[in-house]
Amino acid sequence: MLAEKYPEEVKQIFTKYPADRKRSAVMPLLYLAQREEGYVTQAAMQDIADLIEVDVTEVASIVGFYTLYHDEKAGKYRIQVCNDLPCALRGADKFLDSLCSRLGIQVGETTPDGVVTLEAVMCLAACDKAPMFQIQSGAGLTYHEDMTVDKTMELINTLKGK
Amino acid sequence: MAYYLLRHRDIPDLKNIEVYKKHGGFEALKKAVTTMQAAQVIDEVKTSGLRGRGGAGFPTGVKWSFLPNTIWPHYVVANADESEPGTFKDREIMEGNPYQFLEGLAIACYAVGANAGYVYLRGEFWQIGAQLDACIAEMENAGLLGEKLFGTEYSLKLYTHLGAGAYICGEETALLESLEGKRGQPRVRPPFPAVAGLYAKPTVVNNVETLTNVPVIIEKGAAWHKSLGTEKSPGVKIFSLSGNVEKPGNYELPLGATFRELLFDHGGGVSNGNKVKGIMPAGASSSIIRVDDSLADKVFDTPMDYENVPALGSMLGSASVIIIDDSVNMDWVIEKTVHFFKHESCGKCTPCRDGTYWMQHLIKRIRENEESNGDLQLLKNVAGQINGKCLCALGDFSTMAVTSALERFPEDFQVKVHAS
Repeated sequence: MLAEKYPEEVKQIFTKYPADRKRSAVMPLLYLAQREEGYVTQAAMQDIADLIEVDVTEVASIVGFYTLYHDEKAGKYRIQVCNDLPCALRGADKFLDSLCSRLGIQVGETTPDGVVTLEAVMCLAACDKAPMFQIQSGAGLTYHEDMTVDKTMELINTLKGK
Repeated sequence: MAYYLLRHRDIPDLKNIEVYKKHGGFEALKKAVTTMQAAQVIDEVKTSGLRGRGGAGFPTGVKWSFLPNTIWPHYVVANADESEPGTFKDREIMEGNPYQFLEGLAIACYAVGANAGYVYLRGEFWQIGAQLDACIAEMENAGLLGEKLFGTEYSLKLYTHLGAGAYICGEETALLESLEGKRGQPRVRPPFPAVAGLYAKPTVVNNVETLTNVPVIIEKGAAWHKSLGTEKSPGVKIFSLSGNVEKPGNYELPLGATFRELLFDHGGGVSNGNKVKGIMPAGASSSIIRVDDSLADKVFDTPMDYENVPALGSMLGSASVIIIDDSVNMDWVIEKTVHFFKHESCGKCTPCRDGTYWMQHLIKRIRENEESNGDLQLLKNVAGQINGKCLCALGDFSTMAVTSALERFPEDFQVKVHAS
């Protein structure tokens, strides 16, 4: 699957690690598997297990352990707001509550149109630019710092237009 | 003071390789590879007194000298997992001055005889990882990485590897497990990475900021480095200032600069006319330093280095200085920190996995109840059963804010009156 869909990238991934250490490739391969739908399917986990020559349970344990891998479909864009201590000292909790109100969903839920999932996450190393969040999609992660509720709603409207 | 690490603040577009070259870029790497023996490079860094900037402050040159010359290959891994709440210095280095960091990593590789180096980045640094890949490609094109550098026999390749959202992967052995394609759970030590690290081979794991110091030390010499900072804590440090201050941000200062300088000269003091109530100098892992009128001068005039901060009952760590003002209650603060550690516990060892779980429940109950004395003692006991009994520092650090808050701010945990 992945080797047929993204041959060059799969090849490039394996060149980073010693030839007898294929297991190291599991993390970049999982990001590749998440590209299309933002989550890793069972089939993708089996595919990766075959590529790196381990049991599928090992791959599943990686998906379960790391926060940025998902085994369930959610919104197209995961808006992951930091409300850890330094951001919270600068209003992040209130910011998150306001976003919940404006979007009409609770933390962890997805808007009815399936575009946005709102999540609360741990420190993103942007403590001087609170309130802030990152957006995770299949394509990767982008940071959005020094945000206000209005700016965020504008951004979400742009995303909905895509 | 001129910048030695955050040089992009003086030199715009320093992340362009041509600009970096124009400002002395890669001269240190060339000097090391063409004119110095690997052992000499280690000696220079040892003599400089450079200490690890990731939080532990271990002497860098000493760490490099631990790798045995009987087991090969050797590896160097840059720890770019920056996840301690309140820390955002490595991020600015990699975004603004990536080549100095990569040059430092390359020199470290040469010093320990490694032909491959990795940068382990936290997954959230996705864009930074892409930028570093581009920088590495530029270095390869310029003959600064690859086969037979500068006409010598030394070859070197650098690779980036993204994590996927796990603070524990900042712990060096958990990082190596993750790089090997496993869950990021710490190993039993000994053996230490210097002897059995990545793929069971001798490995150096260094923080990004530590490595960014290396080209400057090679260029200007160990004696120059020792002339900055203090005797036991030489050099400059990037202090990440956050929380209730006017001007949060990164500030590059000599080690030994005082809290007063950082908070008031640079940080603009506390906003809204509030006063400093507590300082957490090492991020969420800190013991909270109490600051009230009688203690303020003593605290503020304390030099920020590895020796003096412990005298205040805390530690410098990664110099992630979180300022808490007097509008904030410490029970709220430790609810936040315990939530963090419980979320990030890797689950391997019982005291941390179960202990953080119970601390979280206890703090929730303490914050909700009027009468909380029984729970306060229980929380102290649980913290005591965690500290010093875990496989790695995460468990120990999860208790620091809790124990210090209970001891030093007892008034914040008295009978609560429910707000109307």
